[in-house]
Amino acid sequence: MTLADQSTEVLAVPASRGACPFDPPPAYDQAREHNPVSRVQLFDGSSVWMLTRHQDIRTALQDHRLSADGTKPGFPFLSPGRRQLGTQSASFIRMDDPEHARLRRMLTSDFIIKRVESLRPQVTAIASDLLDTMTRGKNHADLVTEFAFPLPSLVICLLLGVPYEDHAYFQKQSHILLSAASSAEQVRVARDDLNDYIKNLAESKRDRDDEDIISRLIHRDELTPDEIATMGTLLLVAGHETTANMTSLSILTLLRNPDQLKRLREDPGLIRGAVEEMLRYLSIIHQGLARTAVEDLEIGGQRIRAGEGVLLMINAANRDHEAFPDADAVDVGRDARRHLAFGFGVHQCLGQPLARAELQIALDVLINGLPNLRLATPFEEIPFRDDMLVYGVHSLPIAW
Amino acid sequence: MVSPAEDVKLRVVADRSKCMGAGMCALNAPEVFDQDEQEGLVVVLEPEPSAEHRYAVRDAVNLCPASALRFEKDEA
Ligand code: HEM
Ligand code: SF4
Repeated sequence: MTLADQSTEVLAVPASRGACPFDPPPAYDQAREHNPVSRVQLFDGSSVWMLTRHQDIRTALQDHRLSADGTKPGFPFLSPGRRQLGTQSASFIRMDDPEHARLRRMLTSDFIIKRVESLRPQVTAIASDLLDTMTRGKNHADLVTEFAFPLPSLVICLLLGVPYEDHAYFQKQSHILLSAASSAEQVRVARDDLNDYIKNLAESKRDRDDEDIISRLIHRDELTPDEIATMGTLLLVAGHETTANMTSLSILTLLRNPDQLKRLREDPGLIRGAVEEMLRYLSIIHQGLARTAVEDLEIGGQRIRAGEGVLLMINAANRDHEAFPDADAVDVGRDARRHLAFGFGVHQCLGQPLARAELQIALDVLINGLPNLRLATPFEEIPFRDDMLVYGVHSLPIAW
Repeated sequence: MVSPAEDVKLRVVADRSKCMGAGMCALNAPEVFDQDEQEGLVVVLEPEPSAEHRYAVRDAVNLCPASALRFEKDEA
């Protein structure tokens, strides 16, 4: 495409990735360099703003004139299924303050640093067991199904009080919710089903005094059964898909960057920083955070009017050279803490302390427990999750 | 913002009404910030952090997603 074409043609989002499956779509990088607040087109032909610079996105995510409420005029959706997902009882991720804060604060104490730190021995034991089971009597496996998904699923089940035996069920529903290929009707059915499942579970806990999050919510007597169900569904889905995909993709990244893998094995003190770098480099929430303007505002010198939608491309921001020198290189030793992989502002990821602990433990157990870890398939044949809300790989055949 | 290198008394102020409990402060400057067990919101352990912790506090101020933390010169 020549420069002249670009100025007349409006970019359709989500744009396709280029040659490297770890890099954001090249069109987003170009937008960040030449036109950081630009107009883009959605599947239904409507156009919205796209932000790509680190500083602009940080500023935008703290601006209360940009709403996270999917029912407000102009809110951008990437497919009919996404529209259904963002408007049908989506809990506090799709609400604004003060209602958002009221609901979120019912959960903040469950994810504080201290509490998550105290879970580390349990998470480590689960990870070690999974590794033992995966490696017993064989020398190859699919990392996605045998380790990456089970680990965070087991942990979030434990926290929520959801029986892990049901994982095939909720992983299937969650896949439908997060796939761009799902129709609005498929999303509606899957969401109703999952909400009913959590509602029944919560009801069954009413007369017991378990310590898990769902039990606590039902005993608070402040929430309707529907509110508990949507909150539980949000935690269940957000709590396993994200960490699972980060785990597989981080391992793949390290296998493709053996010098970085070697550094990490030689200096375990680098693990914490390496996880931040992986979050930055991979930016698995790859199709933009969505907001809509409820009042006029100006960002990056551009006037955005009330009722106009905005997509914040955190994957482009995490490769912004002004925020991260040599941003396209993986460097497990860099200070990547300013990344926006968990978002920013009042909606910044509630589960981030848990996600960090799980990722640090998963990487440690895998790279140090499998000194001969390698890919068991040509890199070119690995199926990437381009069509999913959360990026990653559908499978990752490994050997050791 | 006040520079953490300045040789003056610095005071850390947290606005709990803005805090969203994401824990970036307790993670990055654990000597100075904690979160309470009931609400999960920020608690300042050391309102006048010693020089050795000032850079960590500056990082925490910058990393706080909800702009709930401030560094102030102590006027007293
Ligand atoms: C590597 C893993 C993860 C990534 C990359 C991630 C990413 C994100 C992002 C970008 C947001 C902000 C969305 C927005 O502003 O529109 C978010 C919100 C959220 N995440 Fe995570 N997440 C991860 C893990 C988790 C885990 C493990 C949990 C649950 C235990 C979780 C629960 C949530 C919840 C409840 C919200 C909504 C917060 C709010 O609206 O106030 N996430 N996450
Ligand atoms: S970093 Fe900010 S929002 Fe998060 S716990 Fe600390 S003060 Fe609260």
